[in-house]
Amino acid sequence: MSAIKAEGVSKSFGKRVVLEDINLEVGGGDLFAIIGPSGAGKTTLLRILCGLQPPDSGSVAVLGERLSYGKGANLTLRRRMSFIAQKPIAFRETVRENVAYPLSARGIEGGKEVVDRALEQVRLLGLAGNPGATLSGGEMQRMAFARATVYGPEVLILDEFTAHLDPQNIKLLEDALVSYQKEKGATIVLVTHNLFQAKRLAKTTAFMLDGAVVERGETSRIFNSPTDERTGAYVRGEMVY
Amino acid sequence: MESDLLDVTFLSILVSGSATLIASAIAIPLGCFLGMRKFRGKEIVRTVTYTLYGFPPVVAGLVLYILLSSSGPLGSLQLLFTPAAMVLAQTLLVMPIVVGLTMSAVSTTSRDYTETAFVLGADGWRTARTVIHEARVGIISAVMIGFGRALAEVGAVILVGGNIQWHTRVLTTAIVLETREGDFGYGLALGAILLAIGMVFFYLMKRYQDKGMLA
Repeated sequence: MSAIKAEGVSKSFGKRVVLEDINLEVGGGDLFAIIGPSGAGKTTLLRILCGLQPPDSGSVAVLGERLSYGKGANLTLRRRMSFIAQKPIAFRETVRENVAYPLSARGIEGGKEVVDRALEQVRLLGLAGNPGATLSGGEMQRMAFARATVYGPEVLILDEFTAHLDPQNIKLLEDALVSYQKEKGATIVLVTHNLFQAKRLAKTTAFMLDGAVVERGETSRIFNSPTDERTGAYVRGEMVY
Repeated sequence: MESDLLDVTFLSILVSGSATLIASAIAIPLGCFLGMRKFRGKEIVRTVTYTLYGFPPVVAGLVLYILLSSSGPLGSLQLLFTPAAMVLAQTLLVMPIVVGLTMSAVSTTSRDYTETAFVLGADGWRTARTVIHEARVGIISAVMIGFGRALAEVGAVILVGGNIQWHTRVLTTAIVLETREGDFGYGLALGAILLAIGMVFFYLMKRYQDKGMLA
């Protein structure tokens, strides 16, 4: 059964068509990577999949429920999902309070052990009492990961969650992601420019270009024997614009 | 003389402090609402609010004087030439400033924090609380500037308060009186007290603000 199903999703900003008739299914428990050059519409698609932005046409269903858009929409469903933006921000609170935010937003008091575990997993327990605003770029991404997973969402949507990080931080976050998925069996959609990362992590990969999904399939097939010439060119590192 | 000075200083703090508190109690929620909501005519509301920043105190005082005078629609309240009328006048002058600056603080903070709260499962109320919490540094600035406006204000309070000794005389109106009587030295000393009050208030607010910046 598919955990995410997008049907006929289109989106334009002014005259610029960003997404055109996207049809995409992500299987339950899949780690699904979306690759493609800048401007392909990946981030817009993710924002639509997690309810932040409505499509102009088409529909999205997550965990079997059709997503509606707007404040307060699908609160119960939204609480089974999470999203990490390309540049996550910290609330003006301590690191611990930041990570505990999703729990308090659900009216769950305490939860110290859960928060500590989430912080430990991304090696931030030592900074738990520090103000969130003082974290470095890598620490911020790690905090965002702990915050997004602390309540065990079934669907996790990540937009370049290791962008601009050093190899050590990338490894740490990738390990945390893999172990999270193993533990929870969560469905993960990951946008990345790092082709090696897609190869390392994803079971399924889709290649997007100019607002359309050009090709999708098992990651090994996409990288080793793509059927579309443009996919082949992109994974070989050639210009596809 | 000494007790006079204490009375005048105390009344200044009381009137301006009360006006700032009342104005903030109304203006902060209003500014937050305006900053977070998208609605038709928002730009007009914003422009009117910003225009009122420069509302001449003497005009505000005159309007209030007409309303509160015995033949005015609010004459039966018998507020003219009382500290309550002065509080009312300063509240009217402070309110647009706090509304406008709160609106700016909230709307510049809003999008990223709203989206983060949204994807982390916050409902509408929790999201609003989060945005206000994040904008608190700007909101504190709004209150500071509002208090500064109230404390330094003279045109409106002299009209509706009447500068009556032991009753409605505050530091600014006392300075006007001393200047008219040619006692410039005493007038300047009162000015220094006025500045000192402002400095203590701003120092305390700044400390609180700095805590908010870091946390």
